Amino acid sequence: MSQSLDRDLVLTVNGIAYPVSVDHGRNLLSVLRTEVGLTGTKEGCDDCECGACMVLLDGQPVNSCSYLAAQAVGREITTVEGMVRDGELHPIQRNLLEEGGVQCGFCTPGMIMSATALLARTPDPTDEDIRIGLSGNLCRCTGYAKIIAAVRRTAADLRGE
Amino acid sequence: MLIASTLDDALAAVAAGARPIAGGSDLVVGARHGKAPLPASLVAIDRIAELQTVTETADGGLVLGAGVSHHVIETHPVITGHFSGLADASALVGSPSTRHVGTIGGNVMNGSPAMDTGAPLVVLGATVELRSTTGTRTVSIGDLWTGPGRTAAAPDELCVAVHLPAPPPRSGSAYVRLEYRRAMEIAVVGAAAAVTLDADGDVASISVALSAVAPTILAVSGLTGLAGRSVADVAAAAAEAAAEQARPISDLRASDRYRRHTVGVMARRAVEAAARRAAGETIAVPVNRALGIGAVAATPGAPS
Ligand SMILES: Cc1cc2nc3c(=O)[nH]c(=O)nc-3n(C[C@H](O)[C@H](O)[C@H](O)COP(=O)(O)OP(=O)(O)OC[C@H]3O[C@@H](n4cnc5c(N)ncnc54)[C@H](O)[C@@H]3O)c2cc1C
Ligand code: FES
Ligand code: FES
Repeated sequence: MSQSLDRDLVLTVNGIAYPVSVDHGRNLLSVLRTEVGLTGTKEGCDDCECGACMVLLDGQPVNSCSYLAAQAVGREITTVEGMVRDGELHPIQRNLLEEGGVQCGFCTPGMIMSATALLARTPDPTDEDIRIGLSGNLCRCTGYAKIIAAVRRTAADLRGE
Repeated sequence: MLIASTLDDALAAVAAGARPIAGGSDLVVGARHGKAPLPASLVAIDRIAELQTVTETADGGLVLGAGVSHHVIETHPVITGHFSGLADASALVGSPSTRHVGTIGGNVMNGSPAMDTGAPLVVLGATVELRSTTGTRTVSIGDLWTGPGRTAAAPDELCVAVHLPAPPPRSGSAYVRLEYRRAMEIAVVGAAAAVTLDADGDVASISVALSAVAPTILAVSGLTGLAGRSVADVAAAAAEAAAEQARPISDLRASDRYRRHTVGVMARRAVEAAARRAAGETIAVPVNRALGIGAVAATPGAPS
């Protein structure tokens, strides 16, 4: 059924329903950070360029800075906070740390979400697949090589190798 | 905002003055740039099942629902196989996230002169199905754009589908663009070609269209006389015609002279790639990556 929305929305983030009250046109990123209170998702450019704000919407990557919060109603939003299971880091998080793919860490939450979407659709990616999968995410620190190594290693871990 | 679950609800909403929003990757990003304020009344059309389908017609044509994403287009085997020029274009759009949220309907209705799917849709002979509460009409894609960001659609009309006729036997298409980086880029210039070969491997028919060199996507005219000539001859003549007919502007991305020169180069490469596909060769989507056109990857280990 079609759904008419006013200020009051319910967003499902990492499996939890959050009722929020927001102005028309509010972007998802600011609602996640301010109303929902999950600040793992970062604001880099606020302009759909850097990917620091990447979240998953029904498993697909979305730049939350430039996506309307209202359009996310009824969809499953996953943020970096949703990656930890039973207090254990997700393999992509652990491998980013172990490979040295995190320096200042500002790009990391977005990288994690893009990598997660990539590995869900391409379990055995080539380095070129990884570069394309992360092509919407900028990193000012690492030079990318260690991030790519961490994604490669995570792919192998998730395949059970 | 109304989140429409049926086309009828969406059509009623636009009839009442709401603006359609699909992925929002032009509308929301534009509003946040201050290009135009976000419309007060919006109808989200991204959950209407019948706008999401890719349907093959009995005669080998294709109907793409307006809500089909660039990601679906770049990976759909029928599109990459038989309508490859369109897949080449969608595969170059933005980044994976842009390709997941961005739709073909949004791309054509936004009407940017630099849009990537426009030139391939022109050479593939696409038509656009526009619908309102009072009826449906079909417009050839070239007639849809009336200026930068302007279309022939009335405010109460939704684009419901893009129709592609069956490509003739021994035909192929390709889209290439000049870009300064490999992702998150806007075409500096772009060119699409559709080529049909005759039994001798010469060109039986050719069409070429250009992006980012005129207020709207530009169909190159005067190419019909080239039938019967070799691929190399036709590629050279198409390049010359493209550079001649381009009406580029200078902006911070490129000068008009540079655009005019490079659009000829892109036209030649598009014709060559389309002809190779027409001859049965598989060139992976997007041609830009497969043939190293535009920005290419740094060689691993090389200083960057
Ligand atoms: C970072 C980034 C990179 C990009 N890179 C590229 C690129 O490389 N190449 C390129 O071509 N584009 C690019 N774009 C532009 C954009 O992503 C595409 O044009 C996309 O296809 C738009 O689709 P959408 O569904 O998001 O449109 P929306 O923003 O939802 O809509 C765009 C316009 O079309 C109207 N509209 C949408 N659907 C319909 C419909 N069915 N009927 C009638 N009107 C409709 C809307 O009202 C609006 O005016 C980029 C955008 C971003 C943010
Ligand atoms: S903050 Fe969204 S892309 Fe940079
Ligand atoms: S680690 Fe600093 S931006 Fe990537």
